[in-house]
Amino acid sequence: MRLPFKHRAVPFIALAVFAILPPILKNSEFSYVIRLLGLVGLYMTVALGLNLVVGFLGLLDLGFMAFYAIGAYSMALLSMAGISFWPALAAAIIIAMAFRALLGAPVLRLRGDYLAIVTLGFGEITRIVLNNWDSVTNGPKGLSLLTNANVKPVRLFNWVISTNADYYYLILITVVVCVIVSERLKNSRIGRAWMAIREDETAARLTGIQITRMKMIGFVISAAFAGAAGAIFARWESFVTPESFTFWESVMLVAMVVIGGMGSVPGTLIGVGIVMLVPEVLRNVLGTALVSWRYFLFGVALVLVAVYRPQGIWPSRRLSRTTEAEEAAK
Amino acid sequence: MNLLANILEQLINGLTLGSIYALVALGYTMVYGILLMINFAHSEIFMLGAFAGCGVLSLVPGLPWPVSMALAFVLAMVACGFAAITIEKLAYKPLRKAPRLAPLISAIGVSIVLQNAMFLFHDDFLGFPTVLPLRRLEFGQFAVSSIQLIILGSSLSLMGALWLFVNHSRLGKAIRACSQDREAAELMGIPVNRMISLTFFIGASLGAAAGILYSLYYGSIKYNMGFMPGMKAFTAAVLGGIGNIPGAMLGGLLLGVSESLGTAFLPQASWKDVFAFAILIIVLIVRPSGLLGERTAEKV
Repeated sequence: MRLPFKHRAVPFIALAVFAILPPILKNSEFSYVIRLLGLVGLYMTVALGLNLVVGFLGLLDLGFMAFYAIGAYSMALLSMAGISFWPALAAAIIIAMAFRALLGAPVLRLRGDYLAIVTLGFGEITRIVLNNWDSVTNGPKGLSLLTNANVKPVRLFNWVISTNADYYYLILITVVVCVIVSERLKNSRIGRAWMAIREDETAARLTGIQITRMKMIGFVISAAFAGAAGAIFARWESFVTPESFTFWESVMLVAMVVIGGMGSVPGTLIGVGIVMLVPEVLRNVLGTALVSWRYFLFGVALVLVAVYRPQGIWPSRRLSRTTEAEEAAK
Repeated sequence: MNLLANILEQLINGLTLGSIYALVALGYTMVYGILLMINFAHSEIFMLGAFAGCGVLSLVPGLPWPVSMALAFVLAMVACGFAAITIEKLAYKPLRKAPRLAPLISAIGVSIVLQNAMFLFHDDFLGFPTVLPLRRLEFGQFAVSSIQLIILGSSLSLMGALWLFVNHSRLGKAIRACSQDREAAELMGIPVNRMISLTFFIGASLGAAAGILYSLYYGSIKYNMGFMPGMKAFTAAVLGGIGNIPGAMLGGLLLGVSESLGTAFLPQASWKDVFAFAILIIVLIVRPSGLLGERTAEKV
């Protein structure tokens, strides 16, 4: 993130503010905010993963929640088998990446919207399998970790992670790690190759970039983010059901990345914040009488943002002509 | 013999459902052909069509069924057509030159708006008026219902009308020109904006008709009813080759048939959606631009 000098402090100030929130809000009427922000943080993690594919590589993915689901179910099943948190987290991430590679190998050669529909199909297949494979996933009733004696508590050294505030900090750390990884990737050889592919695939191929291999790397790394977030979600909620991972969630993830500004890491974080918090704020502003209007108003807001800020709220500086070039190629 | 009759019945069920998917898929594919955008709000137009049809049918009780049905179809199709033109002008037209995903987000917004507007109007299931005569027609071993035949008949004739319009009229020719190359069409003096409006109108009125047919088949409507058929229809459009009109028809029918055969012969009915999407993925791996899609050469 190459901000002007005086702005370099902004991420650290934001981080400090988020770090001191739980003790301040504790015991106040706003204590639910911590839980809400934790959820926002999980979505930020997933959205940063999706940003690698949608933002950096320019590929539309409409089934990304599948990998969040795979992470969550892997964690739930491994915990129930008595495996402790950290090895299970590593395994959940690896499993999510393995499924991503399995999907990517045949389909990454597809162009544009064909890839979008295949990812959509995979997302639906995942949800339906989770919903119907009763012997493993317990079907629509889901898996509960609360009553299972095998489940070991989550601990980091001597810190036992159990309350909402504990998970809030764990998620905050995860988001920071993912932001750093995203920024490092963006400015690496691989990141530059991704953006070259996004700007013009043919030109990128001519400069010697191995297109399918580079796409595969981005595709698989993105699943690691989603898998990690899903795994933390499973332990935090102590409960997973297929209904948390619908097509609609995947679509909203894409909306978060695009509204924030494709390919921009701070933009993605802002996009997640806006999409998740606007309905919550509207709920409080509108009062009980008008509360059912909030999704209607949210839809209006989405259209307005798309029409007046089509490049996103905080666009990436390097992202400029992306899609026009792609358009002209068609 | 029983197995054969069963297969035939499932085939008819599949064709009925598939012809509805095909009508919706045409809306996706025509808009994609001309604007290269996935019109997410199309499934909501399908829902609006069903509600409009329901409104018309409950306003004119007592008419003979062919008259009231014709009235419902025409009014719902025209209303949804104009609704789609308005949506295009407000939400998509300002984004013609924007990055490619911006219109997609706008369409998602429109979809949320329409769905929640209907939610505010009526938030539960609504019975669809039963106006069609329900009879079981038996042909030897297997039977079809009169409703299925009416649905199949109406959707096939709508598709036939569309085919005639697109291939054998001046306006149809203009639409085809726009989807081949918008700039060149404009240089030839074709009013591209009007053709885009016309495309949205036709796509939406087919979607509205499909909404009515779908509700006749299932008997009730709800604000979020468009979601699943919309997704299936989009899948069908891609299966046939997106942007390709006969492809959308073929894709819809294939998806409907494979789904109902899947329901009948898979151990659990709920696996049928896995089956549909698995077919899609396999077809795309073998034929990356869909069944009837052309392989377009890359222009540098």
